[in-house]
Amino acid sequence: MSESEHSPDAAVTLAPARAVPRIRAVPWFAVALALLALVLPFLEGVPLIGWLASPFQRIQLTYGLVFGIAALAFNLLLGYTGLLSFGHAVFFGSAAYATGLLVKYLHVSSMEGFLLAGCVSSLVLAAGFGAVCVRYTRIFFSILTLALSQVVWALALKFFWITNGTDGLRIPTPTLLLGLVGVPDDKVRFLSFTYYYYVLAVFFICMVALGMIAASPFGKALQAIRDNEIRAQFVGIEVWRYRWSAFVVSGAFTGVAGTLFAPLNGLTTPDILHWTFSGKIVFMTVLGGFKSFSGPILGGVAYNYLETYVIKTTEYWQMLLGIILVALVLVMPQGIIGALGWIIHRRSGRR
Amino acid sequence: MSLLLAQGLRKSFGETRAVNGVDFRVEPEELISLVGSNGAGKTTLVNLLSGLLRPDAGQIAFDGADITALSVGARIRAGIARSFQLVNLFDQLNVLDNVRLAIFSRDGVTRQPLRLAERDTRARNEAMEILGEFGLESKWDTPAAGLAQGERKLLDVAVAYALRPKLILLDEPTSGVGTREKGVIMEAIASVVRERFLAAVIVEHDMDVVFTYSDRIVMMHQGAVLAEGTPDQIRADERVSAVLLGKG
Repeated sequence: MSESEHSPDAAVTLAPARAVPRIRAVPWFAVALALLALVLPFLEGVPLIGWLASPFQRIQLTYGLVFGIAALAFNLLLGYTGLLSFGHAVFFGSAAYATGLLVKYLHVSSMEGFLLAGCVSSLVLAAGFGAVCVRYTRIFFSILTLALSQVVWALALKFFWITNGTDGLRIPTPTLLLGLVGVPDDKVRFLSFTYYYYVLAVFFICMVALGMIAASPFGKALQAIRDNEIRAQFVGIEVWRYRWSAFVVSGAFTGVAGTLFAPLNGLTTPDILHWTFSGKIVFMTVLGGFKSFSGPILGGVAYNYLETYVIKTTEYWQMLLGIILVALVLVMPQGIIGALGWIIHRRSGRR
Repeated sequence: MSLLLAQGLRKSFGETRAVNGVDFRVEPEELISLVGSNGAGKTTLVNLLSGLLRPDAGQIAFDGADITALSVGARIRAGIARSFQLVNLFDQLNVLDNVRLAIFSRDGVTRQPLRLAERDTRARNEAMEILGEFGLESKWDTPAAGLAQGERKLLDVAVAYALRPKLILLDEPTSGVGTREKGVIMEAIASVVRERFLAAVIVEHDMDVVFTYSDRIVMMHQGAVLAEGTPDQIRADERVSAVLLGKG
């Protein structure tokens, strides 16, 4: 949108005529990606992109979308509110554990039941942890979130009679849509088709919801707090209350991701509560680009592929990932989305 | 009745008595300049009035109510807004959003996460109108960080003004800008203050500016009020010239 299209002079002199809201069009490549994701299961055997449609790849993409939700939710804190949480694994993991415990003790098998339990558990946890953490910023905030999440990790590890310790909790294949879609015989088919679409739908809902929150006056207030806490206070924003709200929303959506992860993985272990998993969420977000709304989605998907293939190549995969992260921060500080933007900008500049 | 009445204000930082027994009043629609050398206590006084600092002693009444114990937010709702000496803006937000945020906050809509900021045409139009009053309308889409110093100073005032206060406290709105820009900034401030019947307290060093625009001048020295009066009275006050000359 060029500036001349929105002549501000007209806004002043002809206020009513200016009453057309400025809504940024959804970029064409986002629409293309969404359509591709939608028809992907039917593209098996199609030249060039057929390999992407194999059941294995579709399950990989499902993992990627789940991580995409977590990274999007995480970025409401990092990119929008300016708070670097190093404990987001706790919301992801607690939701997965809530699912596991629901199966173990109440024999629930409905995915919607899982989502409700996962969401509520991460929300409650985020409300409590948030009340402690958001009074601090920068390194103090990061350390506090890390410490609190490690407490929960230790609990999951030590209360093994409840959580099965390092063995974790098994999550059977759930029924979907309140039992409308029953437990299937073919698990691979279920995960790569039915569950793929389920996750895609939930992903879409979460993306729209978080997008709305980010673009709301509330989202603007978060950005204001990120940019200048004192000034935010002096336009009447109760800084810590907004930080807390952002923390709770972020935690709850991360919980949605954790719940979706549980049946996909089939097992919930303390790994996903550990601080290194929090680090992964940070990695995904930075990889995709935390300065844009959609960057974390790309980051979540890309990270999952990266980890899957890097693990295959070397046993020192963590080191390789570490090197990639360092290189990334140095070469592409704006992440994948920043690099893409740069390429598109250059190409259109040349034309 | 005075709009603002502060009595016996004291604030110390360790051994330093930054504000030492100051009585200060602002009448409705009055433009007051607060002058004095560096360290005289001007900014501390503004911080006490705006709620950034709590006084060690003394009372502040605004619009007939005691606001001494009120938070920053409560004072803003009561009608006191301020700008800062070192410009405080939302640097990554554009100029329009800086002003719009103040409008959203004032109207209590920042608590609503499920409405789109862009859809609020009323807030947008009001923000554009305010930018027009400060001559910033052509910069609406520029991130605040990308503005020139003079423009940043104006935007800082515009953000405070968008809260529609009864009293606006401006801490050195023209510091760090060239002489020509100083005039532009002061003209913009004076015109909104007069047209909207606001009261303003402006901390200012440039005595030419002070004498041109003020209804009343309050001179502070070493944490206390040394002299106050109309520009003519201040011009004739020997204590003031002694301090000013001493400073020079």
